[in-house]
Amino acid sequence: MIGLLGALFVLTLALGQSFTPLADVGRVLLGQEVPGASFTVGQLRLPRAVICILAGLSFGLGGVVFQIMLRNPLASPDIVGVSAGSSAAAVFGIVFLSMDGASVSLFAIVAGLAVAMLIYVLSFNDGITGSRLILIGIGISAMINSFIAYALTRAPAWDLQEAMRWLTGSVNGARLSQAGPLLASLLVFGGLLVMLRRDLETLRMGDDMAAALGVQVGRTRLLVIIGAVGLIAVATATTGPIAFVAFLSGPIAARIVGSNGSIVVPAALVGAALVLLGDYAGQFLLPGRYPVGVVTGALGAPFLIYLIVRANRTGSSL
Amino acid sequence: MIAAARTMTIRRASREGRNVVAVLLLALIVLALSVLSLSVGTRDVGWADVLAGLAGGVDTIGQAAVAVRMPRTLLAMVAGASLGLSGAIMQGVTRNPLADPGILGINNGAALAVVLGIAWFQMSSAASYVWVAILGAGLTAMFVYAIGSVGRGGATPLKLALAGAATSVAFSSLTIAVVLPRNDIAGGVRSWQVGGVGGATFDRIELVLPIMIAGLALALLSARKLNLLALGDDVAAGLGERVAVGRGLASLAAIMLCGAATAICGPIGFVGLVVPHACRLVFGVDHRWLLPCSALAGAALLLLSDVMGRIMARPSELDVGVVTAFIGAPVFVWIVRRQRVRDL
Repeated sequence: MIGLLGALFVLTLALGQSFTPLADVGRVLLGQEVPGASFTVGQLRLPRAVICILAGLSFGLGGVVFQIMLRNPLASPDIVGVSAGSSAAAVFGIVFLSMDGASVSLFAIVAGLAVAMLIYVLSFNDGITGSRLILIGIGISAMINSFIAYALTRAPAWDLQEAMRWLTGSVNGARLSQAGPLLASLLVFGGLLVMLRRDLETLRMGDDMAAALGVQVGRTRLLVIIGAVGLIAVATATTGPIAFVAFLSGPIAARIVGSNGSIVVPAALVGAALVLLGDYAGQFLLPGRYPVGVVTGALGAPFLIYLIVRANRTGSSL
Repeated sequence: MIAAARTMTIRRASREGRNVVAVLLLALIVLALSVLSLSVGTRDVGWADVLAGLAGGVDTIGQAAVAVRMPRTLLAMVAGASLGLSGAIMQGVTRNPLADPGILGINNGAALAVVLGIAWFQMSSAASYVWVAILGAGLTAMFVYAIGSVGRGGATPLKLALAGAATSVAFSSLTIAVVLPRNDIAGGVRSWQVGGVGGATFDRIELVLPIMIAGLALALLSARKLNLLALGDDVAAGLGERVAVGRGLASLAAIMLCGAATAICGPIGFVGLVVPHACRLVFGVDHRWLLPCSALAGAALLLLSDVMGRIMARPSELDVGVVTAFIGAPVFVWIVRRQRVRDL
C-alpha cells in the first residue's frame, strides 16, 4: 500500500497540464535545477501533493480511530461535529479577527479541542455511551455549521473558491511551509494513536470486555479523542474539512485488509490516496476545476448511503 | 366510583380551561412580538409611527421603516408557524423526539432541489421555487426515513438523526458541486445556505400562503390520527385506524409546511425541534392541543429570534437561521441527555 501511495505521488508529480518525464521528476526531487520542470514540479505540483498526502493521512487516521472507538462507521469526525469546530474557528479567525497563517492553525486546534471536549462533557452522564455522543455531536455541529454559513455570507469580498475551502476543503494554493505543522501533528498525535491501536482494537469488543482485558477504558478513550481531534484540527486548519475522507478511509481500509489485522495504519494510507486522487481528478479529469472536497464529497455520498443501510441492517461493525 | 369519575371530568374540564387560557396567552405573545418586530431595528420606531405605518402611511422615515418591516414580520409569523407545526407532526408520525426538518436534512433537500432547478432548468420565477422546494423536501423526507428505518428496531432516534445528518452533509456538498462552476448563479444561491426572513415581500408570501393554509388544515384534521398513532401501530390498527393512511396524510402536511417555509426563507433549523417540546410541557401530549399551539409558539419563536438577531448585531443583523440554531442546539442537547437513547 505504501508502494501504491508512492506511485500515485510520483504520478501526480509527473502528470498535469503537461507531462514531465519521470527522470526529470526524480532530479527535481533530488534538488537539481531542471529547466522547464523545476517550476511546474517543484513549485506547483510538489507542495500540492505533499499537503494532500499529509492532510489525507491525518483525516484518515483521525477518522478511523473515532469509528473504532464509537463502534460505528458513521461516527466519523466530519459527521459528529469535530471538524466543524475547527472549521468555524478558522473562518471566524480569518473573517472577523483578520488572522493568518500559524495563528489560524493554532486557533483551529484550540477550538476543535474545545468543541470536542464540550461534546464529550455534554454526553457524560454516568459514563459515555457512543450513541449519545453521536447525537449530541450532530446537534452541536448543526449549530456550528449555521454559524459558518453566516460568517461566509458576512465576508464581503470573499472569493467563492476561498469560501469553499471552509465548507468542503481544498488544497488550492498549497505551500510547502504549510507542511511543517501537519508533519508535527502527525508525529505527535498520529504517533500517540498508533501506539494506542492495540487498546483501541480491544475497545471494539465492547467497554466491559475491554475493561476485563485490562484496558483502562476511560483513559484510552480520552487519549484517543485528543489525538484524533488534534490531527483533524491541524489538517482542517490547513485545507478545510475535506469532505468524507475521514469517514470513507476506515471502511475502505477494512475492505482491503479483511477481518484480520489492524486497520488503523491502512486507513491513514487510504486517506492519503483518496485526497491525492480526488485532487487530481478535480483538477484534470473533470470538466472544469473543482476543489478536492467537492470530488470526495460527491464520491462519498452514495457510499455513505450504502453504509448506513448496511450498518442498520447488520448491526454496526465497520 | 361516581366521585372519581366526577373528579376526572372536573380535572379534564379544568385542564381544558387552563389550555384555553394558555392558547390565548400565546396568541397575545405573538401579537406583542409582531408589534415589537415592527418597531425594533436599526432605527427604532415609536408607537405613533407604528400605527400610522400599519395604516399605510409613509410620511416619516419611521413609517417607511414600518412599511419595510411589515412583510418580514408576516413572513416570520407564517414561516415560524409552519416550521413549528411541521416539527410537531414529524415528531408525532415518527414517534421520535429528535425529528425536525433541519436535523433530518429535509431543509437541505429542499435547498438542493431549488439550486438544481436554478442551475439546470433555468428556473427563475419564485413560484417555481416553491413547488420544487416542496418536491425536494418530500423526496428527502422519504429518503431519510427509508434509510433510517432499515434494520432492527425501525426508525430509532439515533438512526434517523444519523441518516439525516449524513444526508445533509451529502446534499450540501452536492449543492456546492453544482454551484461552483456557475459564477453567474453563485451569489443568489449563497443565501440558500443560511435561512433568513430579511428579503421578504408580500408577493412571495402570497405564493406560499395557500400551501401553508392547506398544510395547516390537513395537519389539524390529522391530529386525532396522530393521537392514535402515538399508542403504537398495533394498537392503532386494532382500534380500526388505517395506520398507513393517517401517517401518509400527516407526513404530507408536514412536508408541505416545511417545504413552503424553506422555499422563501431558506433553511431554518431547530424551530420544529424546540417548539413541540416546549408545548408538550404545557399542553401535554394531546395532538388536538399540541398542533395549534405548536403553530402559535413557532410563530412566536421565529418572531423573537428575528427581533433578537436585529438587536444583537446592530446596526447590521444576524440571519434568523443562526439565532434559532443557537437557541435550538442547547435544547437538542437537553433532550438527548434526558432520553435513554438505545445503543445501536
